[in-house]
Amino acid sequence: MQEFEPKIIAFCCYYCAYSAADLAGSLRLQYPANIRVIEMPCSGKTDVRVLLEAFEDGADGVYVLGCMEGDCHFLKGNFRAKRRVQQAKKILDEIGIGGERLEMYNLSAAMGPRFAEIAREFTERIRKLGPSPLNKKYASANSRKAGEQE
Amino acid sequence: MIIAEGKPLAEVAGLIQGARKVLVVGCGGCVTVCLAGGEKETGILAAALRLLRQKEGNPLETVEVTLTRQCDPEYVDMLEKYVTDDVDAIVSLACGVGVQFLAERYNKWVVPALNTKFAGGTVEHGVWEERCGLCGECILYKTGGICPIIRCSKSILNGPCGGSQNGKCEVNPETPCAWQLIYDRMQALGKLDLLMEIQPPKDWSKSRDGGPRKVVREDVRLA
Ligand code: SF4
Ligand code: SF4
Repeated sequence: MQEFEPKIIAFCCYYCAYSAADLAGSLRLQYPANIRVIEMPCSGKTDVRVLLEAFEDGADGVYVLGCMEGDCHFLKGNFRAKRRVQQAKKILDEIGIGGERLEMYNLSAAMGPRFAEIAREFTERIRKLGPSPLNKKYASANSRKAGEQE
Repeated sequence: MIIAEGKPLAEVAGLIQGARKVLVVGCGGCVTVCLAGGEKETGILAAALRLLRQKEGNPLETVEVTLTRQCDPEYVDMLEKYVTDDVDAIVSLACGVGVQFLAERYNKWVVPALNTKFAGGTVEHGVWEERCGLCGECILYKTGGICPIIRCSKSILNGPCGGSQNGKCEVNPETPCAWQLIYDRMQALGKLDLLMEIQPPKDWSKSRDGGPRKVVREDVRLA
């Protein structure tokens, strides 16, 4: 029985996380292949609707990466992102998907190792939570697993 | 503008429980400005409703449309091509006026996604305050531009009442006393003498008395 491999979307600010991902690559750091990186011009581009639609399109977890607080290239984009992530978490809780499947992290372009660490941390978190309730394919795989254990 | 606020997601979902396909209709007027029912909020609500229903194993199809205004028939008409036979319900993100205009025009189950709160304005991004009680006969010229009808908790015309404490209202200590504001403003304008005049009871027949109100302008009517 194959292990659950979460599908994770990482929305990355161009000025920090996207470069940090590049750096992680140059440093040949290993991080889980579960994450799909999507570049944003700034974490301030974070849109509640897009976060929700990521789950609709099959994500098991989503995170947003913005610059360190106070270091946003556009001054306040990362603060705006933080509030929108909070709002989307609330909606996910209301729906029953669970706000803990969404997170916001801050890092700088020089933090390649931190990028890899966040990817590992978050993948581990989602692995523990199991598949998103919307992803029935895994859900049924899971129930089969439960059946086998009996 | 009219200030409104989204209803809880579960409540809206409950209103369209049996529906398979819904139109989610935003409004480009007041509710866009107060960030309750514009194109953005329409997209978020539609996505949240779809997710909720997908999770329940009872998928929902949504079609999103944002009209310029829902309180004008010429724009309400533009929804017609989306109101097909397979649409089970219309979720309106307009104020109560827009919801009613849609319900009058289309033979569908129309439900409100917002709670319409008051006539007010933006005091800072994300904060809106009530300013006008729509009384039908404005008396702001008597009170230095501060409305005693809606900003005074008791709507009194010869204030302040005995409950005015340190500039705050006794009804809610967070609220400035409207009559303190009026006094201060009139003093600054050098017009305190105007406040000495005793105001007779207001003519409420111009307000909520006598059922729904109507304004007719013969000079601009087309028919
Ligand atoms: S006096 Fe009447 S019309 Fe004027 S602001 Fe107050 S409630 Fe509105
Ligand atoms: S304290 Fe002021 S605002 Fe409150 S009811 Fe009295 S006059 Fe009105």
